[in-house]
Amino acid sequence: MGLTGLFLISFLIVHVGVNACIFVNDQGEAYNTAAHFMSHNWVLRIVEIGLFAGLLVHILQGLLLWKQNSGARPINYKVNAANENSRWYSRSMGLLGTLLLFFLIIHISKFFIDTKIALYSGDQPHNLFEEMKEEFSKWWVVVIYLIGVISLFWHLLHGFQSAFQTFGINHKKYTPIIKSIGIFYCVVVCLLFALMPIAFYLKWLE
Amino acid sequence: MEHYHMNLTLKVWKQKNSNDAGKLETYQVKDISSEMSFLEMFDVLNEQLITNGKDPIAFDHDCREGICGMCSMHINGRAHGPWDKNTTCQLHMRAFKDGDTIVVEPWRSKAFPVIKDLMVDRSAFDRIIQAGGYISVNTGNAVDANAIPIDKKDADDAFMAASCIGCGACVATCKNSSAMLFVSAKVSQLALLPQGAPEKESRVLNMVAQMDKEGFGNCTNTYACEAECPKGISVANIARMNREYLKASLTTED
Ligand code: SF4
Ligand code: FES
Repeated sequence: MGLTGLFLISFLIVHVGVNACIFVNDQGEAYNTAAHFMSHNWVLRIVEIGLFAGLLVHILQGLLLWKQNSGARPINYKVNAANENSRWYSRSMGLLGTLLLFFLIIHISKFFIDTKIALYSGDQPHNLFEEMKEEFSKWWVVVIYLIGVISLFWHLLHGFQSAFQTFGINHKKYTPIIKSIGIFYCVVVCLLFALMPIAFYLKWLE
Repeated sequence: MEHYHMNLTLKVWKQKNSNDAGKLETYQVKDISSEMSFLEMFDVLNEQLITNGKDPIAFDHDCREGICGMCSMHINGRAHGPWDKNTTCQLHMRAFKDGDTIVVEPWRSKAFPVIKDLMVDRSAFDRIIQAGGYISVNTGNAVDANAIPIDKKDADDAFMAASCIGCGACVATCKNSSAMLFVSAKVSQLALLPQGAPEKESRVLNMVAQMDKEGFGNCTNTYACEAECPKGISVANIARMNREYLKASLTTED
């Protein structure tokens, strides 16, 4: 869980980095160049396979955990004051992960598959920037994306520091630093992701 | 501290034996002193039940001074009740006020089956200890206690880990019924000391294997265990055990 999680976390840095190119505000030129580079580089094609494999393993591990852990307490408490001893999002990783999976299915079918078809059929590379502009002019697409980003935020807030604990890294000096980096990472990455649909919807970008 | 008396409504889990379905029963207790311990309040209730020819409530207890780990009640949704770093036997009635309703349930975990009412079978913990919670000691003359130099910090950490009383509150409170805090405390107290070195690898592998076999869930780092542990055992021990486990599984030959 931790290993695949950290791998996916590192991918998100690249993803958000490319996305951030839209804020250059040059009619998407910088963004399209970056996206084009990402999709026309064979090294990255191989990394992409690894990414999907990592995602799949992460999902399978999550399902296995859910199955084993839900069997470990056949009879539940009538009264349980769980909020007194732990954070709701640390206890809701399965739920948040499922929301994320639904979001990913929508997300991939919207932007990823089209791009791939265009790539392999040898058509004109299509203008992802224009496509986003169009998609994000619909309010419900923006809402779905914001729900996705919010789920991502809570999922990462627990996941980031949790991965280190799983690897056995819990240190008086370093753990507070790791936790701060985790919070910083979550806030920055999720804000940038959330700003995209909002910026298009509010026509900040032309 | 002000001394007062209170009347309470108790909803307590009653279950004849491990096959019975069990249910919450409601009881009234009157004139409970704020200076009583929670278990003394249960003694009063049981006296009352016995006098009336009813079945008293079975609950575990032994030392009643917070050191043996036998007491084990889930009180108003929290293992060992509302006070932090505290056992049920050391919980006092001043934590409650007149008119309160208190719900008391047994530890819930597949690995801790209910024996009767609030008593659960925690022998799974004993089997985990048997799987590796020991050190080999040479027979012959006793060696000088100070012959082996030990870093003060290691000694302190080992001592901290050794303060686990094996009560099972960590399992009871964990949403996954994971026993990682208990097992990691038992692994740590020996792994930190030179005396524990000979079985370092086999210990962690065997104890974790036994833990899984007993049907405890997996740790997802919610840290609820640390928050509810009466002895304040730190989740840093879990990280240490993860380290030991990783090292041992990479280096052993079988
Ligand atoms: S780690 Fe804490 S909660 Fe768990 S058994 Fe030991 S003393 Fe009890
Ligand atoms: S009865 Fe011994 S710790 Fe509570």
